[in-house]
Amino acid sequence: MSESPNVMTNEERVAYVQSKRKQTQLRDTMLALIGVMFFFLVWEAVVLTGLVDSKKLCSVLEVFKLFIVKFSDPNPDGALLLVNVWSSLLIALSGFGLAIVIGVPLGWLMGWYKGFDAFMRPIFEIIRPIPPVSWIPLSIVWMGIGLKAKSFIVFFAAFVPCLINSYTGIRQTKEVLKNVGITFGASNFTVFWKVGIPSSLTMAFAGIKVAIGNAWATLVAAEMLAASSGLGYMILMGRSYGRVDLVILGIVVIGLLGVVISALISKCEDFFMGWKRL
Amino acid sequence: MSEEYKVKVEHLTKYFGDLHVLDDVSFNIKKGEFLCVVGPTGCGKTTFLNLLTRIYMPTKGELYIDGERADPKKHNLSVVFQEPSAMPWLTVEKNLRFGMEIKKLAKDEIDRRVLNMIKLLGLEQFRDRYPHQLSMSTAQRIIIGRAFAMQPDLLLMDEPYGQMDIKLRFYLEDEVIRLWKEMGTTVVFITHNIEEAVYLAERVLILTNKPAKIREEVNVDIPRPRKVSDPEFVKIRNHVTEQIRWW
Ligand SMILES: Nc1ncnc2c1ncn2[C@@H]1O[C@H](COP(=O)(O)OP(=O)(O)OP(=O)(O)O)[C@@H](O)[C@H]1O
Ligand SMILES: [Mg+2]
Repeated sequence: MSESPNVMTNEERVAYVQSKRKQTQLRDTMLALIGVMFFFLVWEAVVLTGLVDSKKLCSVLEVFKLFIVKFSDPNPDGALLLVNVWSSLLIALSGFGLAIVIGVPLGWLMGWYKGFDAFMRPIFEIIRPIPPVSWIPLSIVWMGIGLKAKSFIVFFAAFVPCLINSYTGIRQTKEVLKNVGITFGASNFTVFWKVGIPSSLTMAFAGIKVAIGNAWATLVAAEMLAASSGLGYMILMGRSYGRVDLVILGIVVIGLLGVVISALISKCEDFFMGWKRL
Repeated sequence: MSEEYKVKVEHLTKYFGDLHVLDDVSFNIKKGEFLCVVGPTGCGKTTFLNLLTRIYMPTKGELYIDGERADPKKHNLSVVFQEPSAMPWLTVEKNLRFGMEIKKLAKDEIDRRVLNMIKLLGLEQFRDRYPHQLSMSTAQRIIIGRAFAMQPDLLLMDEPYGQMDIKLRFYLEDEVIRLWKEMGTTVVFITHNIEEAVYLAERVLILTNKPAKIREEVNVDIPRPRKVSDPEFVKIRNHVTEQIRWW
């Protein structure tokens, strides 16, 4: 057959479209990789040419070397890299998890039941504008500098977007969809469950994504103020020992973990919201 | 007395704030009747339906279904809304099941009826698709299927075929007639299309402009299947058209 797509059979056309799609995917992946490489090259170049003082920025290779070394060497901050990562993750995920488990359903209930909204709203409006970091001193007084105190702070940071988004999401449920449930004789709770919650999920997931960002940011701040391990603590130690490489390693690891967690949330979202993609 | 009427509408009046939509409307719908409601745009047809399903409360007057105050929890009614109302997160098949699952029908009964509807509406190839992947008219077929599958004894349809091409509309017009005959359902069918109203209805209710009153009730005594070219049909159609225009 000829080259032109007009005279292809159906199978050929499908194959053609698929190979086109593969090509674009490959191209986009390559471009992404090149982008990252480019970033590191510029960084390396800046360091090598001495454009920036080596006390302020170290080379990529040094960071990478330290990354390897820190798997077996607890110096200078006193903990292995994985221990730091684990300690941070534990706090982030426990606080964040709690925020989802409490914040999202609370938002749904407040968004759906007017009475409950009236009851909860004043409390929430007071809590909402408080910057999460300002809970740090109080939580240290209450719970020391352990896991619990920091989880608590992370919880507050993640809780607010979870609640607000699931609240707004369920509020935006289309009237006609609710009416479908009502006219089939569903109780208010059934409509809430079968119509309100599913239609709020897009917003709820957007909130969860904001929440994980907040959680991470707050976590590092909390660890800088009160901790004996963790990535924030490692960064802080790096600074006090004048070890730029350690600081940068901490930042990079935090960034990478953020990417991994976001990807996991997206997977989760695909599972619940697969219908949107198709 | 209350036995022979499916729906009784008594002095129904509705205001939205200052906006007077329905003005002291009274009429009855017999058990098993096919009633079409026509009227100018924005006259309050949808509002009437929403009052019947208790989505809104009447300002004055009352509606009775089977002699009781209207309440969707008590009666087996189905509504086809004017706006798209398929659940976007459910597949075609799950959308069809939606109402029956709320009524907690037995699973094999649901399966049977869903299968039947899928065949009836030619949705086989769309079974596992989501509404946003379908054309407007296909999506509307889900909603009609969802309503029919309930085998309601009161079926309320608000311009259900407005989005459809003529072929599908004719097919579904006959389908709703078949369902109505088979199941003895009482049907209230709102439409802009006068030909459609005369084709379907036993009685056509013509509403005036807002605030709506009943302008006239027209009995359509033409045997079925009806022909749109039949002189009797044309006469009634022209009459209804005149009545809507002359307000
Ligand atoms: N919830 C509401 N609040 C305020 N006004 C409303 C509401 N619902 C309807 N109306 C108004 O009531 C009037 C009648 O509306 P309705 O939807 O019943 O008309 P309709 O006859 O169904 O029109 P159409 O032929 O366009 O479907 C309109 O002027 C509309 O703006
Ligand atoms: Mg309407």
